[in-house]
Amino acid sequence: MRRSRRLSLKTQKSLLGLLFTLPFILGFGAFLTWPFIQSIIFSVSKLTIVPTGYVLDFVGLQNYRHALLVDAKFRQVFMETVVTMAARIPVILVFSFFAANLLNQRFPGRTLARVIFFLPVVMGAEITLKMQQADYMQQAMSLSESGLIPLRVIRESLVSLKLPLAFVNFIFEAINQVPVIIRSSGIQILIFLAALQSIPRSLYEAADMEGATAWESFWKITFPLISPLMLVNVVYTIVDSFTAPDNRLLELIQETAWAGAGFGVSTAMSWFYFSIIVVILAITGFFAGRGVHYET
Amino acid sequence: MRLDRLQNGLWHLIRYGLIVGIGFIILYPLLRQISFAVMHPDDLFDLTVNWIPRNITKINFQVAWEMLDYSKALINTLGVTLLLGTLELASTMIIGYGFARWRYPGSNLVFGLVILSIIIPPQMVMVPLFLNFRYFDLFGLLPEPGVNLIGSFWPMVLMALTGTAKRSGLFIFITRNFFRGMSTSLEEAAYVDGAGHLKTFLRIMLPNATPIAVIVFLFSFVWHWNDLFYTDLFLQGRNLLQIALLRINSQFNYPWANKAVEGTYIQLVNNAGMLLYILPVLFLYAFLQRYFIESIEKTGLVG
Repeated sequence: MRRSRRLSLKTQKSLLGLLFTLPFILGFGAFLTWPFIQSIIFSVSKLTIVPTGYVLDFVGLQNYRHALLVDAKFRQVFMETVVTMAARIPVILVFSFFAANLLNQRFPGRTLARVIFFLPVVMGAEITLKMQQADYMQQAMSLSESGLIPLRVIRESLVSLKLPLAFVNFIFEAINQVPVIIRSSGIQILIFLAALQSIPRSLYEAADMEGATAWESFWKITFPLISPLMLVNVVYTIVDSFTAPDNRLLELIQETAWAGAGFGVSTAMSWFYFSIIVVILAITGFFAGRGVHYET
Repeated sequence: MRLDRLQNGLWHLIRYGLIVGIGFIILYPLLRQISFAVMHPDDLFDLTVNWIPRNITKINFQVAWEMLDYSKALINTLGVTLLLGTLELASTMIIGYGFARWRYPGSNLVFGLVILSIIIPPQMVMVPLFLNFRYFDLFGLLPEPGVNLIGSFWPMVLMALTGTAKRSGLFIFITRNFFRGMSTSLEEAAYVDGAGHLKTFLRIMLPNATPIAVIVFLFSFVWHWNDLFYTDLFLQGRNLLQIALLRINSQFNYPWANKAVEGTYIQLVNNAGMLLYILPVLFLYAFLQRYFIESIEKTGLVG
């Protein structure tokens, strides 16, 4: 009696897999897919709150047009954000790789250095940003020059040297980005460090015996062996910087939703943004995927 | 030989310089915060005072403590964060195990959706999500206009339970990798001895997955603690540290408009409040930093 009700092993396994992953399937449907579809609908509608909920009126592409043509800030903020974020990605990657190499060496105080380098992971970028905002306001109020180097003085002297203004601005923009870049590299350093530690020492010893220089063994051993994690880091960095809390576009999207032109325009803006992220991910995935060396 | 040693020594010097410099940039906001939090209001207008206050005071902390309703808000925040961390841990462990052990038609596709859930910025679905919870009708099962879940813990609890909370996708990815790396012989032995699938998972696999569970829980705890986005979206009006902090924050958002002494003073209070808010996490990190730093090596992401 019992035996006949038994399912085949394969079906049984499929059902078990389905059962264990069911929470995610439900959650993904309810809290991501459905809102995702709704956001498409919202972006082509006018949303009005009524006592029994909300009503939608189809308005076609008006919200998109509003975002692009009417909204005073959107186009500028969009361009700025995309350029800043895209420019940040390679720098974060290079920096985190460099820092991981630094932390992988043996020196007294290494543990403390690691603890400090990973502090941003724990403290969270949102909190740090809020702290800094308080700091900026503080500076604006007390009028005291903060920081070790008085940047304004350097800037003025560079301008007086008749260097092109665009160049000076670029340099200073880059300097301004340094703290952000360092603080958004925590996880990436962690990943690279783990990757570096997983490379067997014997490989380097063998290369050394054969007369390879440190430069050669870096490019022939270290680089290929960490390249799979390079891809992981590239994707992580892209996602992380496009959802970073100092992202002005996301701020604008939130602002538009709650205190601006409304939900419709806000969702239209976020759709513009999302399409750019997908395009950038696709391009980098395509190129980075080719350069990856898999051991097995 | 001497040249070699000189080179070596120089490199050591440069290395320490770099590490100290980078460390300073990272610690800068925190140090600044501490400096302001203990600063007496009089020192704000003293141009000779930059880093080290002339008059050290604890009055900022006292005011912040009261404005935040600290002891109560701390307990509330701690409770919510522990609850969400535990739920997220439970759900991601189960889901990750499911992906690691069994395949079904379309399971690869579903796992692709997990990755997708990491990539979608939460701001994309912010508006619909908010409205769905504001007029929650259980997908048409409850009568119009539904129940208002905004301000309750349900939205975040539901999302944590279904592995769609903050960075759950990342945790599912990690737990799946971990369980995949575990040998199946233990499970087979348990099956032979007559244990069911659930029992095997709970009794055999989970105890062996403690290292990964610790990591998931710690990160989930810290990220939920630091979260301002979802708390601000779903838990308005609750007595939580994040909400209270945003409230203090918004009181002086326009410092140039109001240069009054009180406006300036609230800044110091805000700094002290910030410090009170991140203190528990800093404590946690100070004692458990090993788990955070070794985390990636244990996730099976590498080699």
